[in-house]
Amino acid sequence: MSGDGAARLAEKNRLIADTVALRPTDKVVSVFYTMFWHAKAGGATCRDMMYDYKKSAEITKKLVLDLDPDMFSLPHPVSALGPTMELMGFKTLEWPGHGTPDNVSYQYLDREYMKPEEYDDYLFDPTGYYLSKYLPRIAEAFEGLAALPTLPSLYYVQIVHGTRYFASKEVRGAFERLAKAGDEMRSMLRVAMGFAQEMADLGYPQAQGPTAIAPFDYLGDNFRGSKGIMLDMYRRKDKLMAAMEKSIPFILKQAIEVGSRHACKMVFIPIHWAFDGFMSLEQFKTFFWPPLRKVMMGLIEKDLIPLVLWEGECSSRLETIADIPKGKCIYWFERTDLKLAKAVLGDITCLRGNVPASLLTAGTAEEVDAFCKDLIATAGKGGGLILDGGIGIPDEAKYECVRAMIESTRKYRP
Amino acid sequence: MTDQERQLVDAIAEMREDDALPMAKKLLADGAEPMRVLELCRNAMDIVGGRFEKGEYFLPELVLAGEMLEQIGAIVKPLLTGKEGAATKKHGKVLIGTVKGDLHDIGKNIVTFMLDINGFEVLDIGIDQADAKFIDAIKNFQPQVVALSGFLTLAFDSMKNTVDSINKAGLRDKVKIMIGGGQVDEKVREYTGADAFGLNAMAAVNLCRTWTGVAA
Repeated sequence: MSGDGAARLAEKNRLIADTVALRPTDKVVSVFYTMFWHAKAGGATCRDMMYDYKKSAEITKKLVLDLDPDMFSLPHPVSALGPTMELMGFKTLEWPGHGTPDNVSYQYLDREYMKPEEYDDYLFDPTGYYLSKYLPRIAEAFEGLAALPTLPSLYYVQIVHGTRYFASKEVRGAFERLAKAGDEMRSMLRVAMGFAQEMADLGYPQAQGPTAIAPFDYLGDNFRGSKGIMLDMYRRKDKLMAAMEKSIPFILKQAIEVGSRHACKMVFIPIHWAFDGFMSLEQFKTFFWPPLRKVMMGLIEKDLIPLVLWEGECSSRLETIADIPKGKCIYWFERTDLKLAKAVLGDITCLRGNVPASLLTAGTAEEVDAFCKDLIATAGKGGGLILDGGIGIPDEAKYECVRAMIESTRKYRP
Repeated sequence: MTDQERQLVDAIAEMREDDALPMAKKLLADGAEPMRVLELCRNAMDIVGGRFEKGEYFLPELVLAGEMLEQIGAIVKPLLTGKEGAATKKHGKVLIGTVKGDLHDIGKNIVTFMLDINGFEVLDIGIDQADAKFIDAIKNFQPQVVALSGFLTLAFDSMKNTVDSINKAGLRDKVKIMIGGGQVDEKVREYTGADAFGLNAMAAVNLCRTWTGVAA
């Protein structure tokens, strides 16, 4: 690492740490986070970014060096997933080159991946349920694993006899296919890690480390689908509550393991089903917040920083979600009025957001500058603000608007 | 309304699914006209819609109410002779779809449902719909309102293109166009050339009421 790079990295890391801890700063933090904007800004397609690891790194490097944000998110874990998903026959997304056109972002398929009567199976033995039912449904490569026996049913020489299952055509095929997918994932991660180091050497820290999930979203997004989980709130409330509780140690284990060795201690938690219009405040306080808070507290105990992206408008939730330790989290709001959030939460947590996607996409650089100036003066007053788009830089944002957003953090003092 | 009928309306409106279905069955067994049971369901949905509008009910309640309606409908409809159903008056026609490139449908489905229970005849043409599909549907269905849905930012351009195509087809003055979903706001409305945007399903209902001259 050159002296310049090391000094820049230390300076940016200090600014980020001070901002999260709510210490006064002379600048708000800027960030480069996007799904696929780098493709369009770099003259490539979304499909290129899904499949060409090196190109994704090269383009991102060029954009980050040009825009000079205080931190950046590695594109690979978010968008360079095409080859591995193809090898494993991943079924819950459609992506550029595989279901969506080359220049369209990947999109999640909202389906029921766990049947309502299967809550008991998940609660009894989550791992067994994953192997026999869930994983075979979400990716072709796992289908053969359904032929495995219930492993704890084997004991003593039964375990010796049980080796025969692993020689079955189905299981053997599954492991072979998964190994190929795993090799591909390792290739991707090698490029990603190399790129992360290169950017650190140039002085740019990463904007997120591991990811975690709210237990309600874990069940809603990945198992029951949006309709299923809404019905479960009435039809099988106790099982839903029990399944959320059951998921917490698993969610934490993964995030803490990755977080312990990651350079970035911010744990990204995108929140999907908490917005004002979705469920009542009472339902939010019953179903959503308590299990999410447990996840957040589990991360904080391990010196990780929950970076919670509250999608949609969440104004009615602000008082409830204020119940967290001071200076230990980041609350990123998509559409919630950040000035209101500052008034309610400004003494408790660092805020992030929220230049509207419409402004970055259909506005002018001058409009973006004026918006950011106001946001820094109000939501950023005294520090504690990471300036970003509502959900990062939208894929269709104009370059000059993105530049204006990041430049504003250098132009206007909080 | 008899006590028994009131109990069915209350069970649906209060989200007591376990009570609603047996009550509907009992009403039919006791000799109620199938059409009367459907009318009671509509009364209950009016209450549900009203509570949604007032911020007392949210999406889980709409979805559960829809499920109850579907289950009761499945019992009642085979009993209809065919003469009764046709007379239901609709306030106006709304064409709805998710624009090209966008596969999201949750918001669109909720808007469709709310428009439907509020008396509009809704044609939902689905997700990822090209301009030509909207144009064809406008010509055939002849709606007063076209609702364009989209969650992704790419939908901004797709909505704009669809509005432009409606213009070019000479149909723009025949329909009001509203947009909604995800990150849509006034800036996007201006960009796309739509007449209005809405942040939630009730906003969509209210826009349609205004445009078709229906009293709230």
